[in-house]
Amino acid sequence: MKHKKIISAVVGAAVAGTIGFGAHANEMVKYEVVDGTIPQSLTGVAGDVANGKKVAINRKKGNCLACHTMPIPEEQFHGLTGPSLEGVAERMNEAELRMRLVDPKVVAYDTMMPSFYRTGQHRVLKDFEGKTILEAQEIEDVIAYLRTLK
Amino acid sequence: MHKVKSVTAMAVLLGAGLALGACTTESTTKDVMKHPYKEVWSGYSTATPETRAMQDDDFANPYMPYVDAAAELWDTPAGEAKKSCADCHGAPDDAKGGSMGIPMKGVGAKYPAYDPESHGPINVELRIQKCQTDHQKAKPFKYESDELLGMTGLVVMQSRGMKRETKAAEQSDPLYPAWLQGKAFYYQRRGQLDLACKHCHEDNAAILVRAELLSQGQSNGFPTYRLKWQKPGSLHRRFRGCNNNIRSEPYAYGSDEYLALETYLAWRGRGLPIEGPSVRK
Repeated sequence: MKHKKIISAVVGAAVAGTIGFGAHANEMVKYEVVDGTIPQSLTGVAGDVANGKKVAINRKKGNCLACHTMPIPEEQFHGLTGPSLEGVAERMNEAELRMRLVDPKVVAYDTMMPSFYRTGQHRVLKDFEGKTILEAQEIEDVIAYLRTLK
Repeated sequence: MHKVKSVTAMAVLLGAGLALGACTTESTTKDVMKHPYKEVWSGYSTATPETRAMQDDDFANPYMPYVDAAAELWDTPAGEAKKSCADCHGAPDDAKGGSMGIPMKGVGAKYPAYDPESHGPINVELRIQKCQTDHQKAKPFKYESDELLGMTGLVVMQSRGMKRETKAAEQSDPLYPAWLQGKAFYYQRRGQLDLACKHCHEDNAAILVRAELLSQGQSNGFPTYRLKWQKPGSLHRRFRGCNNNIRSEPYAYGSDEYLALETYLAWRGRGLPIEGPSVRK
């Protein structure tokens, strides 16, 4: 069964009216969920593998190592709450990875994994209100990096 | 190791309108108080030997100077009433509880208690403040001040080794509404990282997040001297830190939300021995 869901762009004032964000809210890219995947790139710009790896490691950005083991031996102490990302490119295609980064609850409602490209969570700290954890291009960069993990 | 077997197995829990499935492997008949853990354990059991040694020896426990200062305040008359704590309760460890017959032993194991005035839970910190206001006619110590942390430590340590007990999960108990509210808080996702307490402390307890072993988030060690803070701290300070870490607006010290959570956590940790004032990393 094919089901489509359009998540509309959320722009400053419109958001402030509906879900109570401040006027400085980020402009978010519109994306389409198709059968638990997001086939289209958020930006249309090819992901940068090197930057994707940096974003994945950065504790204030992806912080993937908090929960996942990754083939990054130069970083100590990889977390174990999520599955290992070694060989993840063999298990998931780009569209599946994009869904899991943008808003994994669509495919795993009870997951611990944050939604890296979503706003509107409950009681977000003022400094982060209306902001996504990662920028759209950073999502694409991380996908490009994860696709190298074969 | 402070490990205590819980009565029942994982329960199917409903919180904040979210149906959160967990498997029921075993069931007991009458009780509504199904325990969320198969085994309840204190953060003490995963602390380093050095940290445990600090806690086990009162001369090494860095919380104790605050308790010593509070012991002096205990005997010092204060406020318009010019009464000391000792005037009503006797010595902190007086089993008879002085002239009022209210001993401190057991307080740490039974609190939060029901406060008929606020119609809700009251914790040790707020109870001390209430005593200062009502009986000493004094200005209460501020929440998270050295004085209140010291006095809370002094009161709680009279219950060391006693098992945490609560009836808050029983519908007939006046704390039941707060228990429900605390449970809803526990299972509600919050903050930009979109995590509920349960994602770390129920689903992933004893699993590593980078170099940190996730705890069950038990409250039996509070108040605690946290080496990271280089200072004693209350349970509500820890709640605030947790909320900040997941990029969620914290609630105020002594707020209804945190009192409800404290009430619910006491239930999740029932049976655990009181350790406060403990030492944690």
